[in-house]
Amino acid sequence: MSAFNAIGEERDIERDEFTPGIEPQPTWCPGCGDFGVLKALKQALPEVGRTPEEVLTVTGIGCSGKLNSYLETYGFHTIHGRSLPVARAAKLANPGVEVIAAGGDGDGYGIGGNHFVHTARENHDMTYIVFNNEIFGLTKGQTSPTSPKGHKSKTQPSGSAKTPIRPLSQSLTSGASYIARTAAVNPNQAKEIIMEAIEHDGFAHIDFLTQCPTWNKDAKQYVPYIDIQENDEYDFDIHDRREASEMMYKAEDALYEGEVLTGRFYVDDERPSYQEEKRAIGEMPEEPLAERYFDDDYEWERSADLIDRHK
Amino acid sequence: MTDNELIWRVAGGSGDGIDSTSQNFAKALMRAGLHVFTHRHYPSRIRGGHTYVEIRAAEHEVKSRGDGYNFLLALGDSFARNPKENAYYGNEETKPLSENLDELREGGIIVYDSGLLDAEDIPNFEERAEENNWHVFDLDLRGLAKEHGREVMRNTAGVGATAALLDMDLEHIEDLMEDAMGGDILEANLTILQESYETVKDEYDFEHDLRVPTGDHDEEQVLLSGSNSIAYGALDEGCRFIAGYPMTPWTDVFTIMSQNLPKFGGISEQVEDEIAAAALAVGASHAGVKSMSGSSGGGFALMSEPLGLAEMTETPVVLVEAMRAGPSTGMPTKPEQGDLEHVLYSSQGDSNRVVFAPGTVGEAYDQTRMAFKMAYDYQIPSIVIFDQKLSGENTNLPASFFDREPNADPGSVLTEEEIAEAAHDESGKFHRFLHETENGVSPRSLPGQKGGRYLATGNEHNQSGHISEDPENRVYQMDRRMQKLDSIREELNEEYETQQTYYGPEDAEYGLITWGSQQGAVEEAVDRLNDAGHSVRSIGVSDMMPFPEQEMTEFLESVEEALVVEMNATAQFRGLTQKELGLYGDKMTSLLKYNGNPFEPGEVVKGFEAQIDDSTENLATGTRIEPAAGD
Repeated sequence: MSAFNAIGEERDIERDEFTPGIEPQPTWCPGCGDFGVLKALKQALPEVGRTPEEVLTVTGIGCSGKLNSYLETYGFHTIHGRSLPVARAAKLANPGVEVIAAGGDGDGYGIGGNHFVHTARENHDMTYIVFNNEIFGLTKGQTSPTSPKGHKSKTQPSGSAKTPIRPLSQSLTSGASYIARTAAVNPNQAKEIIMEAIEHDGFAHIDFLTQCPTWNKDAKQYVPYIDIQENDEYDFDIHDRREASEMMYKAEDALYEGEVLTGRFYVDDERPSYQEEKRAIGEMPEEPLAERYFDDDYEWERSADLIDRHK
Repeated sequence: MTDNELIWRVAGGSGDGIDSTSQNFAKALMRAGLHVFTHRHYPSRIRGGHTYVEIRAAEHEVKSRGDGYNFLLALGDSFARNPKENAYYGNEETKPLSENLDELREGGIIVYDSGLLDAEDIPNFEERAEENNWHVFDLDLRGLAKEHGREVMRNTAGVGATAALLDMDLEHIEDLMEDAMGGDILEANLTILQESYETVKDEYDFEHDLRVPTGDHDEEQVLLSGSNSIAYGALDEGCRFIAGYPMTPWTDVFTIMSQNLPKFGGISEQVEDEIAAAALAVGASHAGVKSMSGSSGGGFALMSEPLGLAEMTETPVVLVEAMRAGPSTGMPTKPEQGDLEHVLYSSQGDSNRVVFAPGTVGEAYDQTRMAFKMAYDYQIPSIVIFDQKLSGENTNLPASFFDREPNADPGSVLTEEEIAEAAHDESGKFHRFLHETENGVSPRSLPGQKGGRYLATGNEHNQSGHISEDPENRVYQMDRRMQKLDSIREELNEEYETQQTYYGPEDAEYGLITWGSQQGAVEEAVDRLNDAGHSVRSIGVSDMMPFPEQEMTEFLESVEEALVVEMNATAQFRGLTQKELGLYGDKMTSLLKYNGNPFEPGEVVKGFEAQIDDSTENLATGTRIEPAAGD
């Protein structure tokens, strides 16, 4: 018998269940793209059959970090840039839990960049949503890793001398096995991509364009957008690394030229998830570790079993 | 000083197999019925550089390295980097012989490998040998090894010569070789061992008195290090998840855990950095698995943020900190106790954590278990702080010491049935962070449990976890979190035997205070001082946080003056004591050492005498007296 009966529970799930009964006053500005992520998640989760209590939403710091304040699931609002190491360990500890990590572009591509690279490399079975608004919002409008070159802000008064990071390309080279970009202004696509990401067995990275109407007024509202799967101009094989790579490069450049290319960029269904790799070498138990602590019959191993080598 | 003890030092270059040779020799001595204690000195290099291991063996319990030593096996540094005498690092080729002479006792024995070392390269070697009445044996160990096997087997030849000179039976050494190797390599080593033994017996006349001591154990013994016992304590307390990043000397614990966790159905994760390592331990623990991480000073610095997150979200986690000499990269392979304040206060805000500093290999096991117990019962981070000395020192304990019941209790975690009975807010969120509790602990739920959803956040939060900056709630939550430390102190005082270690007569006039790994050296100093007519008692303190106020007050009240012995330059533990007690500043003088080598008992004796005589004239090199406040 499981100690975690919310996991795998078969029942009808209402979309309302993901809205907190007492909804905390949202700290997001009117017109903020973050509402789009929240809405898409609330739509996607019941459709993939997940209940609020089998989901753990792990966030970083920033406007995006408040996601789990407004989404009714188990939540862990961590520290700046560290949502991924917290999230992937929770998944290893109890693989039955549906783990979704989220953060902003500063959180994920800046301060947490090292964790992004390594979590993608290891291909942990989880979803990572990066709220990309090309700006530091919560600290009031500083230049971020995805701000365009020349971006002027209070901390970059002469305009940034840095070219922006290429989040999709970096994700691909790091090892993510599902990579997509969507936009808050495109709710249907966003919902579908989130559903695919959750169902994907491996590290699914979504670069989610979230317009910031307060601090990034100059930036486009990410309209019009083009869905690359729907547009004949962008015919490429999402299972082919090289073609995906070229498409990503194109989309990353296009964004700063006012062309918003969204959709799936890379999908690898063959690559085993980290959990599978770890089990294959005998370094992860088949049964969820978290369950063991509730199993009264489990005979716990002792260091006395290891002591002979010291005699 | 013990009358009949062997302190055998095997010296060579890093990469020459000094460590494994000494391990086997120490085990052979233990199997022969002796108590053993090892001390390891090595440079931060893979190949070459002067390294030695000292094994102290006696019939009775040995708690510390000794003063100097009495048998040198100088093997030569086969990776010597720069043989020029005036080179920056000196003449490395001769260091296994030249570097060790100052500490060799009068009448001691030297065996050196004449196949690699030439005593003529050492200034005044013959005069010094004569002056100190050293018994010198130059043996071509390399030649012998080459003749019967391979050059690298000269360590075995050295052990054979040692055994011959000490009248020591080869039986246990041979058994250990048979356990460790096989085939031609075993055959060659056994031949070399015997050849060397016979050659020395046949060809040399002995004039020295030193023989291997004899002893007998009441029960079967095991030889293991502080790192081993920390790992074993964690395993017995149900820890099944570790995340880490390599750093000397913490790597030892990480390695032992990584090798054993898969056998116990646990998970070990080597990750991208120490921020991730501590964050993973927090994440796994949040999901319900007893978890740990750790590092040494520099890596621990990176953990300060996840550590604060654990305090704020009340996520249990155990971190170990294996200190080495700082600041910055410092001296990576040398012990120091300079990270106490770092560990106590790192991370923003008021710190809220448990810190234990075990003093011996045995205490390392017990206190690691206690650290887990407190962490999981009270939902608070626990830190075990130790150092390179305790990490690498090997000593014998009865095998039965480890015959313990495991305890995998995850602490204050609710079952789904209990959650259903617990308080929730109108939206159905579980009240994870209650305002009112008995001892400060508010039980937690785990992701995936029905009815237990809540928000954990590093922001200040209300009872269901929502971010809140309400002043009244803030004070409730802060006070409750801080109350846990008082509850822990109370439980430690009332439910368990003290974790402080007292030694010497209760009515003593003088006190020696130390913490962590210097306990053994201090206790041996207590014996010597009392034998010399002084009246001295020591306390080895392990509870750094919550501080053992009552015990420290009683101890300081019981003595006229106290000498606080620690391996750092700023008297950190004395400072903590003054801060916690607000008194006794004028009663505590400090004896400090921070040259990269742990205290020898004799150095503590000299420090004590310096304080009594009010003269630092005879203070041992490398030690310093820091006067009491007001002096």
